[in-house]
Amino acid sequence: MSTPTVAVVTFPGSNDDRDALRAVGQMGGEGIAVWHRDTDLGGADAVLLPGGFAYGDYLRTGAIAAFAPIMDAVRAHAAAGRPVLGVCNGFQILCEAGLLPGALIRNRTLTFVHRRVHVRVETASTPFTAAAEPGDVLEVPIKHGEGQYVADAAALERLEADGQVVFRYCTALGEVTPDANPNGAMRNIAGVRNDAGNVVGLMPHPEHAVDPDVGPVGGQTLFESLLSSLVGAAT
Amino acid sequence: MTQPPYRDLGLTDDEFQKVESTLGREPNDAELAMYAAMWSEHCSYKSSKVHLRTLPIDGPQVLVGPGEDAGVVDIGDGLACVFKLESHSHPSAIEPFQGAATGVGGIIRDVLSMGARPVALLDPLRFGPLEEAHNRWLLGGVVAGIGQYGNSIGVPTVGGEVKFAVAHTQNPTVNVMCVGLAPADRLVRARAEGVGNLLVLIGAHTGRDGIGGVSVLASRTLDETSEEQRPSVQIGDPFYEKLLIEACMELIDAGLLVGLQDLGGAGLTCAVSESAARAGTGADLDLGAVPLREPGMAAFEILTSESQERMLAVVRPEELDEVRAVCEKWGLVSAVVGRVTDTGNIRAVLGDTIVAEVPARSLADDGPEYRRPLEAPPRLEELNADDPAYANPPSDLRGAVLRVLGSPNVASKRWVTEQYDSIVQGNTIAGPGASAAVLRLEGTMRAVALSTDGNGRYGHLDPYLGAAHAVAEAARNVACAGARPLAITNCLNFGNPERPEVMWQFAEAVRGMGDACRALGTPVTGGNVSFYNETGDSAIWPTAVVGMLGVIDDYRLSPRPAFGPGQVVYLLGETFAEVGGSEYAEVMLGKVSGMPPGLDFEREAALHRLLVDAASRNVLAAAQDCADGGVAVALAELALGGETGFAVALPGDLPAHLALFSESASRAVVSVVPENVEAFEALGNEHGVPVARLGETGGPRMVIEDVELTVAEARHVYESAIPDLLLSRAEAG
Repeated sequence: MSTPTVAVVTFPGSNDDRDALRAVGQMGGEGIAVWHRDTDLGGADAVLLPGGFAYGDYLRTGAIAAFAPIMDAVRAHAAAGRPVLGVCNGFQILCEAGLLPGALIRNRTLTFVHRRVHVRVETASTPFTAAAEPGDVLEVPIKHGEGQYVADAAALERLEADGQVVFRYCTALGEVTPDANPNGAMRNIAGVRNDAGNVVGLMPHPEHAVDPDVGPVGGQTLFESLLSSLVGAAT
Repeated sequence: MTQPPYRDLGLTDDEFQKVESTLGREPNDAELAMYAAMWSEHCSYKSSKVHLRTLPIDGPQVLVGPGEDAGVVDIGDGLACVFKLESHSHPSAIEPFQGAATGVGGIIRDVLSMGARPVALLDPLRFGPLEEAHNRWLLGGVVAGIGQYGNSIGVPTVGGEVKFAVAHTQNPTVNVMCVGLAPADRLVRARAEGVGNLLVLIGAHTGRDGIGGVSVLASRTLDETSEEQRPSVQIGDPFYEKLLIEACMELIDAGLLVGLQDLGGAGLTCAVSESAARAGTGADLDLGAVPLREPGMAAFEILTSESQERMLAVVRPEELDEVRAVCEKWGLVSAVVGRVTDTGNIRAVLGDTIVAEVPARSLADDGPEYRRPLEAPPRLEELNADDPAYANPPSDLRGAVLRVLGSPNVASKRWVTEQYDSIVQGNTIAGPGASAAVLRLEGTMRAVALSTDGNGRYGHLDPYLGAAHAVAEAARNVACAGARPLAITNCLNFGNPERPEVMWQFAEAVRGMGDACRALGTPVTGGNVSFYNETGDSAIWPTAVVGMLGVIDDYRLSPRPAFGPGQVVYLLGETFAEVGGSEYAEVMLGKVSGMPPGLDFEREAALHRLLVDAASRNVLAAAQDCADGGVAVALAELALGGETGFAVALPGDLPAHLALFSESASRAVVSVVPENVEAFEALGNEHGVPVARLGETGGPRMVIEDVELTVAEARHVYESAIPDLLLSRAEAG
C-alpha cells in the first residue's frame, strides 16, 4: 500500500507551506509541493491550502488567490468529493472561491492575535475529523488578523442544521463561552465544512500542533483522520 | 541670507571642504547628496568609530565580524548563524507603524544579503509611560507595525523586550534584531567582485520616498518640525519583501550570485559604494535603467532614495538570464543598472550625461572621523551617592511584591507578544516570555538561544556598568536556557554626540561592553549606533542593547522558565544590598539613583558554566535569571510559568526588602527534582558558585518567609497591568 499524498499549494506570500509539508511527513503522509501557477495537483490524494498572506492579501484576504491558476484543479478535486483542507489563509481562500460558505473579517479587537486555543470537534463527518468524536477538545494555535467568521442568518441556520460547523472555540473543558472566542467569530465558529463534507476550512493551525517539542498536539487528530481515511479509501 | 546647500543636507563646512579636496573640484548636486548621505552620522559612524575600534571582535567562532551587513558565527555542524541588531527609532518617533515596520524590513535584508534565510526577529523597545496618550499611540503603532511586517513575511518574532521610562516620552527606542541561518560554506558577501560583472537591482521600484532618511532624519535631534519630516519615513510592503526573500534564497541555492547587498539607508549610493569599496573595484551605473515609480526623478533622488524592498545582486553576465528567470518566477522586477569596473570610481550616467563620478572608497571608507570631547554629566556623583538601600523599608512587603510585579517594566507583555507570530517556520522551542528564545536547528537536536537586554536606568547612573550588565544579563539569559553564550551584536542608543556628556556616556558604555565581552568570551560581531535620540536638551537614557547568541547541543535539556510541583528551589550566586537603579527603588521610592549593582566577571562566567553544565547533565528542571525586581520577580515568574506555587526562605541576614528586591548580578533561581539535589549541589561546588537551597515548589501559594500570596493573585496583577493602562486610559479619552 502506498503512502497517502497531500499536495500543499504555495502562493506568493504563503508562510506556513513548509510547516504544512513537514507536518504531513511527520504524521506519516507524503507532502507534495505545488506552485500557484501549476494546473494540476501532482496526483495527490488530498490538498491543503496553507496559511500566510497570499498575494499580500491585498484587496481582501484570499480574494486574489481564489483566482490563481491552481484553483481550477482544487475546485475539480473538491467536486470529485476528495479531501480539501484550508488552514487560516487557506480557509479565507476557500471562502472567497465559493467552496465554503461564509467569510472571515478582521478580528473584533482589530489586532492580530496569536495564542493557543481550544476547539471542540462538532462533527466527525469529514475526512479531517473522522478519527475524533464530537465533543473532543483539541489544543491548537491561532495566529491571524482576520479570523472573525461571519455568515448571514440563513446561512448560519443552514450550517447548524446540516452539521456543517466542524470546530468551535471553547475552554479547555469544552465549554463554548464568549471568553473562549478569540476573534469574535459568530457562534464561536473556528471551522466549517461544505455540504458534502470533503472540504474543510479552519482558522487554527493544525500543522503547528503535531510536534510536542514546539507546540500542542491537537492537530494530530486532523492529520491522523485524513491519512487513515485516505488509506481506507484506497483499500 | 540663506546658508550654503550642503548645510541643509547635514554636511559641515569642514566636511564640504574635504569633499572638494577629494574630488579636486566642487561636487555637483548629485555628488553632494551622495556624500551627505554616506558621511552622515548614521552611515559613517564618524563620532563613534574611534571608540568602536576598541571592542573585541575576534574569536574562533567568528566567521564574519563588524563591517559587513551582519555578523556571522560558526555554530557547528557546518552551520552559520547570521545576526544583527539595528535601530529604527527616529522614523518610529514620527510615524510609529511604518517606522517600525520598515525597521523590520531593513534588518531582514541585512541578514538576507549574507545569504542566510531569516529565521527569527527580536524587538527591544522603549517607550515613555503609558499614562500619556502619545506614548500609548507610539506603543500601539510600533507593535502593530512590527507585527504586520514580521507576520506577513513568515519570520517568527520570538523575543525582545518592552520597557518604559520618562526619558523615552518624546524619543521611543525601537531596535530590531534579525537572525538567519545558512550553510557556512555558502555564505554570500556584499562585494562587487569581478570586473565586467553586472549589477542587478531586484525588487521594488525606486521612488521619491525616504530621501534624506539617514542624513536629515536619523542624524539629527527631533524637534517641533520633526512632524514635517513624516514624508522622509519610508512605506513598507511586506509582500514584496517576502517575494524578495524567497527569490534571493532560490538564487543563492542555485549558486547564481557573486555578491548581494541590501539597499537601506542612503539607497543605491550606499549599496554600490560599499560593495565596490569592499572588493576594491568601481562601478558604472546607468540611472536611466533603474525602474522608477514616477518619471522625472533627478539623479540625486535616484541615487539616495530609500525606497524599501530592494536588493542589489552582483551577477556574472552569462548567468543573467537564469537570474532574471528566478525573479520573474517570484513576480519581481529586475534590471541591470550597472557593471563592475576596475576604476575604483562610482560613475553614474543619466541619459547622455555623467551625473556623478566619485571614488567608491571616499564615500564608504574615507568619511570624517571625530574624537569628540567627553565630559561626565554634572551632578552624576550626587545622584550616585543617593543610595536607595538606606531608604526606609516598605511597611507592607506583600504589597511591595505585588506593585513591583505589576510595574509595566516587569509585568506580562502578552498584549504585545500576542500580536506577533512567534511559531511560523516550526522551530520555536521557547518564544516570547522566556528569558531567552530557543530555536531548533531543523533536523537536529541542537538549538540556538537568543536574548536581547539593555538597562537604561543602570546606563543613566553608570554607563560603563550599564553596558557591561547588558552583556552579562544577555549571556546569563542564554545560559539559563542551557546554552553556551557565543557572541553578541549590539545597538547603542544615545543622545546628541556633539554634547560632551552624551559622548562621555557613549565612550564609557563602549568600554563597559568591551570589558564584559572580553571577560565572557563573547566577541562583538557588529551592530549599530543610534545617536541624536533627544528632544530639546532631554536625551534618552544611555541604552546599550545587546543581542546575545548561544548554542545548546540538545534542546530537550533546555530548562524551562517554569516550576513544576515537588521540586527543590535554589538561589545561585550572592545577594548584596544593591538596589541602586533597581525596579524596586523606582516603583516604591520613585528614585533612579545610587550605583548600579557591581559586576564581577569571574563570578558571572562561573555562573554561566554551572548553568550550562547542569543543563547538559539534565539536572535542571527550571531556571530564570535574577534581574529587574530581583529574587522576588524571578520566583514569581517561575511560579506563573508553571502554574505552581512554592514556599521558600531567603539566605543571609539582609533586611527582607533588600533580600527580595536587590538586583545583585550573577544570580539565577533554579529548581531541581529531588533525585538530582546531590548532583546539583556537587556541581555548584565544582564551579565555585554559591548555591543556597531556598525551599520547595508545589501548591497554589507563593510563600517567601512572611510574605504570602496566591499564584492566581500574582497572575491577575502580572497579566492585567499593561492592558489596564491601555484600556482604561483609552476609554477615558
